[in-house]
Amino acid sequence: MTATHAPARRWRPPPLIANPVLRIALIAGAAIYLALALGTVEVNWARLSDGWARGLRFVSGFLEPNFSRRWDDIVQGMIESLTMTVTSTVVGIAISVPIGIGAARNVVPRPVYYACRAIIAVSRSLQEIIVAILLVAMVGFGPFAGFLTLSFATIGFLSKLLAEDIEDIDPAPVEAIRATGALWPSLIAFGVLPQVAPRLLGLSLYRLDINFRESAVVGIVGAGGIGATLNTAIDRYEFDSAAAILILIIAIVMASEYVSGLIRGRVK
Amino acid sequence: MPVTLHPEGGRSWQRRTPRGQIAVWFGWLIAVAFTVFCWRVMTEGTIWAFVWDAPTQAADIGARMVPPRWSYFPALLKPLWDTLNIATLGTLAAIVLSVPVAFLAARNTTPSAAFVRPLALFVIVASRSINSIIWALLLVAILGPGVLAGIIAIALRSIGFIGKLLYEAIEEIDEGQVEAIRATGASGAQTLAYGIVPQIMPAFAGISVFRWDINIRESTVLGLVGAGGIGLNLESSLNTLAWPQVTLILMVILATVVASEWVSARVRHAII
Repeated sequence: MTATHAPARRWRPPPLIANPVLRIALIAGAAIYLALALGTVEVNWARLSDGWARGLRFVSGFLEPNFSRRWDDIVQGMIESLTMTVTSTVVGIAISVPIGIGAARNVVPRPVYYACRAIIAVSRSLQEIIVAILLVAMVGFGPFAGFLTLSFATIGFLSKLLAEDIEDIDPAPVEAIRATGALWPSLIAFGVLPQVAPRLLGLSLYRLDINFRESAVVGIVGAGGIGATLNTAIDRYEFDSAAAILILIIAIVMASEYVSGLIRGRVK
Repeated sequence: MPVTLHPEGGRSWQRRTPRGQIAVWFGWLIAVAFTVFCWRVMTEGTIWAFVWDAPTQAADIGARMVPPRWSYFPALLKPLWDTLNIATLGTLAAIVLSVPVAFLAARNTTPSAAFVRPLALFVIVASRSINSIIWALLLVAILGPGVLAGIIAIALRSIGFIGKLLYEAIEEIDEGQVEAIRATGASGAQTLAYGIVPQIMPAFAGISVFRWDINIRESTVLGLVGAGGIGLNLESSLNTLAWPQVTLILMVILATVVASEWVSARVRHAII
């Protein structure tokens, strides 16, 4: 029996974009854009070589962080940041639960739905730092402005995700509660909220994390917290103090991610 | 589920035992007390007169903000282009840097779970913990103000985001296909290219576009600390109390953010 060989064929993986014209156009467009973009980035090489020494100082600051020089400022900033995080998360949750319910298409009438979706859209489209600038101009410097900013940002985040969860719930329990003749509040309390409670807890813990991270940002524009301390340290080129603050932020975020992972694991 | 029998013969049920109920109640008490305590500590230095004055201030600023100064728009085009470049080039740099980090961090592709993986995870956490505007603050101090500091700041922040989502996607792949490729006698690199990469490609493209969208949003404010883009104009307008210009800049930022969100939603929809 003689073996017959099929003509050798080379197999190629299928391309990500099937249409060849679109693929080539996209690649060409990307190449032109890259050339234009790289062409307009102005790089001051003299300034960069100056910066090299400072960059090395920052890296060595990370290896030998200086916690003691600004210790009092760091403690004050951390207390402000942490209290701001807790209060804004609690207030944010308290406001976003009703708005989240209102923004779920399956449990409220249409006008309420549109109103709540509008609130969410406004809160989500304004960045924290811009809100912080406006609020500092209105209520003055300090952590209260930061608290307002973070609460405002929490509403957009939490309501949107909560509303999406409520829209995805199993309708059968809601139907069962409705069949008992329950009114709308009981329907929400016994049919809807128990189904989304574990997710709500998870999202709240996640937002607590985000709010702590953001509390370091709002301080840059005067809204209190560890960001103000960090800003001062960097402005004075005290890279070892700045490194100490950054290490503390990373450590707290890591610890809170670990704890919230444990809590979420137990609730599930 | 505890049930109470009444002497008259009725029954009523409760969700928790009395002991459980007390525990839940006590938990709430501690949570409320802690929040109130935090509130007291936080508002110690607050000057309430300023806070009560806020509506007047808001009305005052609002009145100064209209009408927007439309004639300022042509001056915003170059900063807008810079903003777009900061976000796009920063995302590209982050993609290049985060792919190896993700493969080192994923449990099924890391060369050493004991030494390399914790290091890669630390890189991801460190990058994610620090907001791009803080990276920008540092880089402006180190490199001087300009677009380059913004690009690097965006890249440093995005490594953690893309790296985390990508390594989770790598850990969730179907091992059967990898096994099948390996069974043909493929080398490690070939297994990677034909067994793993095709499985994570859609997730990877989606994550990258999603991060690009977030980066557009973040790069609009990086200029506040001197890292280039439209934020620089916002900073100078705020400093000179040119409120009509601030309104126009905020409107342009809002339009950019909405447009980028639309583009990213369309692209992700096409991929997935």
